[in-house]
Amino acid sequence: MNNLSPSQRELRVALVGNPNSGKTALFNALTGSRQRVANYPGVTVERKEGAVTTPSGRRVRLLDLPGTYSLRARSPDEAVTRDVVLGRQAGETMPDLLVCVLDATNPRLALRLVLELKRTGRPLLLALNMFDIARHRGLEIDLDRLSAELGLPVVPSVAVRRGGTEALLARLDALAAARPAEEAPLSHAWSPPDAAELRAMQREADRILAAAVREPQRRDTLTSRLDAVLLHPVAGLLILLTVLFLMFQAVFSWAEPAMELIEGGFEALGSATDALLPETGALGLLRSFLHEGLISGVGSVLVFLPQILILFLFILLLEDFGYMARAAFLMDRIMGGAGLHGRAFIPLLSSFACAIPGIMATRVIDSRRDRLATILVAPLMTCSARIPVYTLIIGAFIPNRTVWGWVGLQGLVMFGLYAIGIVSALAMSFVFKRLLWRGTPTEPFMLELPDYKLPRLRNVLLGLWQRAKAFVRRAGTIILAMMIVVWFLSSVPRPPEGATEPAIEYSFAAMIGKAVEPVLAPVGFNWEISMALIPGMAAREVAVASLGTVYAVGSAEEEDQTELSQALAGKWSLATALAFLAWYVFAPQCVATLGVIRRETGSRAWVLLTFGYMLTLAYLAAFVTFQTASALGAG
Amino acid sequence: MSATIQLTIASTSPLPVRDLGAAPLGFRGRIRGIRAPGTGSLPAAELERRLLELGFVEGARVEILHQGLFGRDPIAIRVDGATIALRRREAGAILVEALD
Repeated sequence: MNNLSPSQRELRVALVGNPNSGKTALFNALTGSRQRVANYPGVTVERKEGAVTTPSGRRVRLLDLPGTYSLRARSPDEAVTRDVVLGRQAGETMPDLLVCVLDATNPRLALRLVLELKRTGRPLLLALNMFDIARHRGLEIDLDRLSAELGLPVVPSVAVRRGGTEALLARLDALAAARPAEEAPLSHAWSPPDAAELRAMQREADRILAAAVREPQRRDTLTSRLDAVLLHPVAGLLILLTVLFLMFQAVFSWAEPAMELIEGGFEALGSATDALLPETGALGLLRSFLHEGLISGVGSVLVFLPQILILFLFILLLEDFGYMARAAFLMDRIMGGAGLHGRAFIPLLSSFACAIPGIMATRVIDSRRDRLATILVAPLMTCSARIPVYTLIIGAFIPNRTVWGWVGLQGLVMFGLYAIGIVSALAMSFVFKRLLWRGTPTEPFMLELPDYKLPRLRNVLLGLWQRAKAFVRRAGTIILAMMIVVWFLSSVPRPPEGATEPAIEYSFAAMIGKAVEPVLAPVGFNWEISMALIPGMAAREVAVASLGTVYAVGSAEEEDQTELSQALAGKWSLATALAFLAWYVFAPQCVATLGVIRRETGSRAWVLLTFGYMLTLAYLAAFVTFQTASALGAG
Repeated sequence: MSATIQLTIASTSPLPVRDLGAAPLGFRGRIRGIRAPGTGSLPAAELERRLLELGFVEGARVEILHQGLFGRDPIAIRVDGATIALRRREAGAILVEALD
């Protein structure tokens, strides 16, 4: 089938290693920006592949496998690692060579994994990563002895320094040249090791370590000094709260100039379009499509990019620094009270930017039950798509004054909406735990706390770049498509000649809105809101754009935020506005999130459950808010 | 299921054996055995294997470095070269003798 001789064919290499081994940093150092991030078919485990060219010009395809302590897979991520290593992963060619990445400063657990990998009979190369730090700390590693004891080639590597991967690349060349013409018969004799075998492997690993590595008596003093403060029962929690507070400050204040710039840019683009095309006739329809449909649509989504980037910048920095594991440690008991796993902290934190990366991040939770509980409540965390909805309504209806002398009322309402989101997420997970998984005991919390490391700019930037790309792609596809649908619904059919009412009154949007209105009347929603909720399913922020479209098209005026806010203040009662806010805290207004839940849980039932419970909560919350506010005279 | 008891304690040892889950902050010791109860969320054999994979093997030196605010839980344990966070409930499966 394959006529190329093995020396001509490109080499397929997979990186395997413990979590925190610096495997991904090494992958980034080797491939640079030449990497492709996708998913393995059927599962949402991230598949990272990149290309490297060795000094002799040989092309190498490099696969970064999810980190694991063992081939006995316990999570979907680890199952992918096992299946790729054993050549069982559907659609994935078995790698020619496994490079096992070890943290040279902490090789004990990784060495046991190496012994486990060795038993699969696959060609194996060891990369002792962070070799410079190990040496700096006084660890003396006898590479020849280690190689001899293991019967495997060993190279040192420094992922974060130029030239730190030279030895590894040279070794890849040598191994590729020496590759046998015929594939060695596959050893499929692998079976999960039992406790006795694990003990034996760890003992063997410890023996090899004792023979090949001389360790200094003290551990990393920087890490222990930092942990004395950061993991302090009281100070640690206070610091965590401060970090979170700073993070949200940054998300909201730093992003502002960039967001204004993006907004201004899209407005200018819209005006330029207006100048080019006439207002009436067929070209008028095109102009309306380009400006109100296309440009406003993309703009209304891209405007969140700065906030998402800042949030991810913080998350990536904290992750690379090693703090995220500490945050999970500090939060474990608090999360546990609500029936959540300590590791659910990071996914829920990510959900403040967007529930999609949050739900995808739940893959680090081993137990399916804990993972499901986290997925179910993640959409309740206030994602940044809710921010424009909140700011619009708050700006229009909540007076900009201070209470108690120094607290801004508008900011207080915003904070309250966030707090309701968090409290209801914790409360709902508590409820699900009681209803769905009654009597099942809690899953163990087992997590390695890695040594602190200075985050590397390159890794952080690569991570940011990948996330920005994913978000823009989403904005460019599903959200844009929905925006065009909204524009179409609210512009077609055109009003008849000599029409007296605003154009939108004749459109499909009005028909849909009016049809849904009776159901939503008890929560105080008029037909414009009812209409905006439907496209708002594409993404929450689209509702703002839709309201903009509905009112802008309706009054044929410019549609910037302040004008929309004035239009709303004139047309809605305070009770309606508050009910709208309450609705948005809970409503499952995001098809993309539901799609991710479908993929992550692998079942439609969980999507229906999420959609159903959130819709029920939204309706109840909006109903109670509207009726109470009306009774108090805000109707 | 029956609790698998895996005690590998040398009968000559003069030191008393206790479980790590009940040990105070700052405790230093050596692992003498893993005795996973079959009553947790994981079957005993599975908990035992997970602990082994995180390096909790007989003979390894352990030290409790940190503990949480509420119920002194979870705990951060130094095991030979690594630091592992566990809840006291699971740490209870690790039998240790005190050193120093």
